[in-house]
Amino acid sequence: MKAILSGNEAIARGAYEAGIKVGVGYPGTPSTEILENFIKYDDVVTEWSVNEKVAMEVGLGSALAGKRTLVTMKHVGLNVAADPLFTASYIGSNAGMVIVVADDPDLHSSQNEQDSRHYARAAKVPMVEPSDSQEAKEFVRYACELSEGFDTPIFFRSVTRISHSKTIVSLEKKLDYKHDKGFEKENIKKHVMIPGFARQRHFIVEDRMKSLEEFSNRIEINRIEKGNGKIAVITSGLCYNYVKEVLPEADIFKLGMIYPLPMKKLIDFCKGYDKVYVVEELDPFIEDQLKAKGVSNVVGKDIMPITGEYSPELIYTAITGKKFNSEINVEIKPFPRPPMLCPGCPHAQTFNAMRKLGLTVSGDIGCYTLGTLPPYSAMHACVDMGASIPFAQGLEIAQGSEFKHDVVAVIGDSTFAHSGITGLINAAYNKRRILVIVLDNSTTAMTGMQPNPFNGSTITGEETVVIDYQKLAEAIGIKKDNFRTVTAYKEEVISETIQELLAKKELCLMVVTGPCLIYKRKKEKV
Amino acid sequence: MEKDIKMNKIKNILMVGVGGQGIITASDILSEAALLDGHDVKKSEIHGMSQRGGSVFSHVRYGEKVYSPTIKTGEADILLSLEVIETVRWLVYANKSTKVILSETRIQPQTVKEYPEGVIESLKKEFKDFFLVNPIEINKQNGDNKVLNTTLLGILSNLLDISDSSWEKAMEKLVPNGTYESNLAAFRLGKKLF
Repeated sequence: MKAILSGNEAIARGAYEAGIKVGVGYPGTPSTEILENFIKYDDVVTEWSVNEKVAMEVGLGSALAGKRTLVTMKHVGLNVAADPLFTASYIGSNAGMVIVVADDPDLHSSQNEQDSRHYARAAKVPMVEPSDSQEAKEFVRYACELSEGFDTPIFFRSVTRISHSKTIVSLEKKLDYKHDKGFEKENIKKHVMIPGFARQRHFIVEDRMKSLEEFSNRIEINRIEKGNGKIAVITSGLCYNYVKEVLPEADIFKLGMIYPLPMKKLIDFCKGYDKVYVVEELDPFIEDQLKAKGVSNVVGKDIMPITGEYSPELIYTAITGKKFNSEINVEIKPFPRPPMLCPGCPHAQTFNAMRKLGLTVSGDIGCYTLGTLPPYSAMHACVDMGASIPFAQGLEIAQGSEFKHDVVAVIGDSTFAHSGITGLINAAYNKRRILVIVLDNSTTAMTGMQPNPFNGSTITGEETVVIDYQKLAEAIGIKKDNFRTVTAYKEEVISETIQELLAKKELCLMVVTGPCLIYKRKKEKV
Repeated sequence: MEKDIKMNKIKNILMVGVGGQGIITASDILSEAALLDGHDVKKSEIHGMSQRGGSVFSHVRYGEKVYSPTIKTGEADILLSLEVIETVRWLVYANKSTKVILSETRIQPQTVKEYPEGVIESLKKEFKDFFLVNPIEINKQNGDNKVLNTTLLGILSNLLDISDSSWEKAMEKLVPNGTYESNLAAFRLGKKLF
């Protein structure tokens, strides 16, 4: 049977067909829909973990316990999960452990444009990359097999335009899969990474990468498509489609596994031409490795950009010098439509209050980051998940005795649970005097309404514990009188409470509650 | 462009509008219908920030074998737009023989003081196949303001070679429960409009 699936739906389907039992992750565009679709299949266990590091660790435990496991996150989430990643590489995986990382070239919904392929090289973990939904489905199963065959976690890289494009997929039956080995608790030399054991594992990792590289020269997913021989291209993933579209007669080396590279086969390929184009979005990951091996006839970033998404036109013009022209001439200039907080968003009031009070606002990641733009104009820094609270502490420290008690950290409920709490502990422990405001909209709105530890339900919709802000504040060491909860609907009350708490000149926590309107509507419908 | 590329028989449909107007569902229906008719299909769009009042666009391409999920500059066969100024934003994908379907809605963000005038007149000068739809009128005829996009799909279906039965099956699968009949009627209205 055939269906038209997004890349994310296809990854979920592939996981199901491959007999993957466990799916964990943290929401993040463009990776979110993978778990949301995986959960629809029978006989799977899923969770939204509190953050990506936790997801990676849960996933490793589950794979070592003998269940094929899927871990999903966006590119910046992989930074959060990097610590367990590097050591998981030493430990290996036992059952298949597929880590999906979705990059966001062109920053459609992200704070940076990092190229996660570097993590494969840095952590010595293999990486596959599909070019459409059919491959996305197939590569999950293939990745499971490689992971088990080489006893390693494996990366599965997507980009926004693979995850969110829909292409046709042939659906197959679920694999009748059973892994025969559970967690071997006696095997401490493999599972307990004290220096003495880890040192030995490092040799194994290096050997494994050598075998994988050797193996990559022989696998079908690294293939050469012969054209008329006039133009030669090395490419992978999404860009493969663009190249096929505009240069249908080119000789193409299509990489399905992008780390380790099939170096021997690539070098042989390059020998056959005067010039070989390397077409890859973002960093010159493939190009640089080829050049480091002394391949001097490859051309890539000299003629194609290192930033943004590619398109068929961009590649065509870079390689042939010919342009695509638009014939249409309409003089009218369309006005921009910058994204905004939804009309009626309850949390707009807090931004209005903060702007009027002239505060310095250290912001965080979520819809509310839009509070930086007009008409709110009340956010002055935003770095990464959870950064609002420590960043504000940095501002305080730097101002020293001249600190004016006008610094506020603003963070959403899901982000607070993800990595904000650690920063709050740091503030209490180090006796900082900032005001932390949690904008609680009862959901993870930016990524499409996922539950989190502050809203009382799990990924399956099951009821669960809710973190109590007040008890949390107390446990951390915030004075009882320095904690307030207000509703999001009255700007005056919000403004007065902010002023009252700032006047205390001590660490304070203020929770502003107002459920996301879209979430509320969705909930009422059910 | 080189001949071999321009000669391809891939149909390129670009649907544009503003977050919340239903572009994603409309393009899903088109893609599903093309699949049911046995075509290779690819569809590409960006969601994320777009749901918060931003521009939304969806590229749908179908034919014997589709590679790029995005349409190339100047190669849209059809531009279906749900919002006046959004039509202008994506003209780089159009050419003189692109067929334009425009549902005349104007959505003005708070931050914009004046909505540009004369857009429709300028567009009419550029395109000989220009299908202008009055959404208020259509909603009245449909007796329902939730099926406007389906009427636009009806107009679109006249310009494509996808069978009615595939359109109908796609709608049955993808429209909200209990709305198939009203959507089917709206689709048929669209087929009769031009």
